[in-house]
Amino acid sequence: MDLAYLWFFIVGVLFVGYFVLDGFDFGVGMSLPFLGKDEVSRRQVINTIGPIWDLNETWVIVAGACLFAAFPEWYATLFSGFYLPLLLILLALIARGVSFEYRHQRDDLRWKRRFDWMITIGSAVPALLWGVAVANIVQGVPIDADKNFTGSLFTLLNPYGLWVGVTTLLLFLLHGVYFVGLKTDGQVHHDAQALGKKLAIPTVIFAAGTVVWTIFLAAGRGAPLLWAVIACGVIAAVALLLSVWFNMADRDGKAFAAGAVTIVFAVLTLWLALFPYVMPSTTDDAFSLTISNASSTPMTLQIMSWAALIFLPLVLAYQAWTYWIFRKRITRTTIEKAELTAAH
Amino acid sequence: MDFLDPLLLARWQFGLTTLYHFIFVPLTLGMSLFVAIFQTVWHRTGDVKWLHLTRFFGKIFLINFAMGIVTGIVQEFQFGMNWSSYSRFVGDVFGAPLAFEGLMAFFFEATFIGLWIFGWNKLPRRIHLLTIWMTVVGTWLSAYFILAANAFMQNPKGYQMSASGHRAEMADFWQVLTNPVALTQFPHTISAALMFSAGVVIAASAWHLARKQNIEMLRPALKFGLWAMIIGFVAVFLSGDQLGLVMVQTQPMKMAAAEAMFNSACGANASFSIFSIGTPDGTGEVWSLRVPYVLAFLSTHDFNGCVEGINDLNQLYTTQLFPQFADQVNGNFAPVLWVTYWAFRWMMGFGLLSTAIAAAGLWVTRKNAKRPVAGWMWRLAVWQAPLALLGILVGWIFTEMGRQPWIVFGLMLTQDGVSPNVPGWTVLISLIAFTAIYAILAVVEFGLIVKTVKEGPQPLPGPDDPDPSDVPVDQTPSTVY
Repeated sequence: MDLAYLWFFIVGVLFVGYFVLDGFDFGVGMSLPFLGKDEVSRRQVINTIGPIWDLNETWVIVAGACLFAAFPEWYATLFSGFYLPLLLILLALIARGVSFEYRHQRDDLRWKRRFDWMITIGSAVPALLWGVAVANIVQGVPIDADKNFTGSLFTLLNPYGLWVGVTTLLLFLLHGVYFVGLKTDGQVHHDAQALGKKLAIPTVIFAAGTVVWTIFLAAGRGAPLLWAVIACGVIAAVALLLSVWFNMADRDGKAFAAGAVTIVFAVLTLWLALFPYVMPSTTDDAFSLTISNASSTPMTLQIMSWAALIFLPLVLAYQAWTYWIFRKRITRTTIEKAELTAAH
Repeated sequence: MDFLDPLLLARWQFGLTTLYHFIFVPLTLGMSLFVAIFQTVWHRTGDVKWLHLTRFFGKIFLINFAMGIVTGIVQEFQFGMNWSSYSRFVGDVFGAPLAFEGLMAFFFEATFIGLWIFGWNKLPRRIHLLTIWMTVVGTWLSAYFILAANAFMQNPKGYQMSASGHRAEMADFWQVLTNPVALTQFPHTISAALMFSAGVVIAASAWHLARKQNIEMLRPALKFGLWAMIIGFVAVFLSGDQLGLVMVQTQPMKMAAAEAMFNSACGANASFSIFSIGTPDGTGEVWSLRVPYVLAFLSTHDFNGCVEGINDLNQLYTTQLFPQFADQVNGNFAPVLWVTYWAFRWMMGFGLLSTAIAAAGLWVTRKNAKRPVAGWMWRLAVWQAPLALLGILVGWIFTEMGRQPWIVFGLMLTQDGVSPNVPGWTVLISLIAFTAIYAILAVVEFGLIVKTVKEGPQPLPGPDDPDPSDVPVDQTPSTVY
């Protein structure tokens, strides 16, 4: 098999990993104004992702690096073309990341509130814009004969892009709320379940719209993997409905797992709809970037395949171990006890 | 000058964001090792002061770590955003070390750092100690891959040009990884990082010792920092010497530019200038203070060796080696001379100065010293941290500015690497945004570090307190946010 095709899927898996993992981080951050009614509950919410947010964020760096190494042309066209959205994502990720570290450094409620807002906005902006970016990759953008993007920011803010953007925002928010429900107790746990119920209907509507729209888009282009696109879309939809049902039935773990499955298959739906393109051109199909004309040489791909084969399973193993170590709920008592110790 | 020139703006952004990123990187590289050593000493001896030092410097290390990650993402993204032509040209070779860094090192360090911070009372002590050593391995490995990628820009190896000539393709990955520039740059970078981290340890300890606080704990820390500075300097010096030899071989123009030396010279004439005034157009020299033979020795390890000058190299490059690029650079393949000349000197100057202060510090704090350390000496010791950092930053300015006008030496000019479709105003927005957010963060970050330093380590337990070796671990909050 041509290794470039394998790498299309490895890069896809890395982005799936990123969206599932940092997705609920974004959701937790966005849920902060709704679930964090006092300082203790805000700390409960933030500490659910305390030990893991940075390791979740590393997935985007690895995904980006592998995209660069396996598909230099795709990386170059995408990053120079989607300049302003990526700039906003970068600024948001910076603001969010440092806020986790800074908010607890001072015992001053105004100081903490400022960083709470930065966490929320810093989570919402990437949650929306990643959706917009992926949608535009799938839908196609104007690209010239030199493989350069010729549109502007407004080219990207089209109906499909925005619809998918809102979908990812809602999906990540819901997934994050499930995670808070799974990892906390008391009022926060209760509020998280209630918020999950409220989010169910809008999320289902947007997700269904995205799935149907994407299937039509893929069908219109004669996508070779149309059957897989449809299958993934259906699985994503079923998983989403199941997660809603589990949340209503007070089954936190299953709701979260179903939420993760939803995101996995939602991203796969989009990724498979793209195949065998990597960035279709709306200017002229001859200018489109495909798996074969955007990839690295077989030698580079071969070296990278060995690295991925050896190290990805290792990464999954030690990251799973981390999740196992930090599996306990963040209870109100833990936080209150921690505050006492800190004051002492 | 055109202020909306995308090339100029993209270069400013790269320089700014890279230097800023490299404030946090060396502290991560060095401090992780120091913290691991402190924790190991505590683990071995059970002496609680080393536990408190682990926590104290661990806190400073962590404040930095988040900044290191978020500013690192910017680095990876901007190759594609601002330098898409470069990315297309080198991606097949240059991308692989970056991908390896992600798969092998970066995942690793981010996971283990999380386990270290949050694992204090969740993991068995030995496993917890292992996590900080794993973090050290991860950060150092990460540094190696990034330096290997950078080495390809300084001295492309292990590649061949594609049939159409539009990109560099991988020929031998082992050669990419064992590029002599990477092999020498790595120990140079690591030991410089140790110097800066030692400077931070010295500064933090001196601040308290000057006020006669936490003496029992911070005096050993101070000694540790002073020795680490000296050892770091010896390693910087030896690796820098090797790096110089490699540079003369691979980028002779950079060495000529470091010396602002226009004409080739041998032996006594290949002198090292300590100070020099050039003509305004940068093509000649008005006056300089010189030490004979030194440059010849630095460049070739032979007092009678010969060093090529800028004019002769330009002649060679224009007519023989790179005639296809000669018109684009107007026949001048030299970097901006005043930058390389002074950056080279400031790099060495800052390094020597911090080492001299450290040596003096060891002398005045020796065991049988008769006089107490004077107040001004403590204040001087606090400056150890910024001095060593400045040395590192000008060192990178030298390395990267000295590479100009090339983005990949001999293969691609910097001006050809920039994204052709990104308008100047877009880069300007991004430059302003990064400058603003980085400036704000610098203020907050600096304030937090100063605050953490001033708070000092947890005080040692008194004689009536419970057994210290049990208490701290169980009392550590598992939630730090």
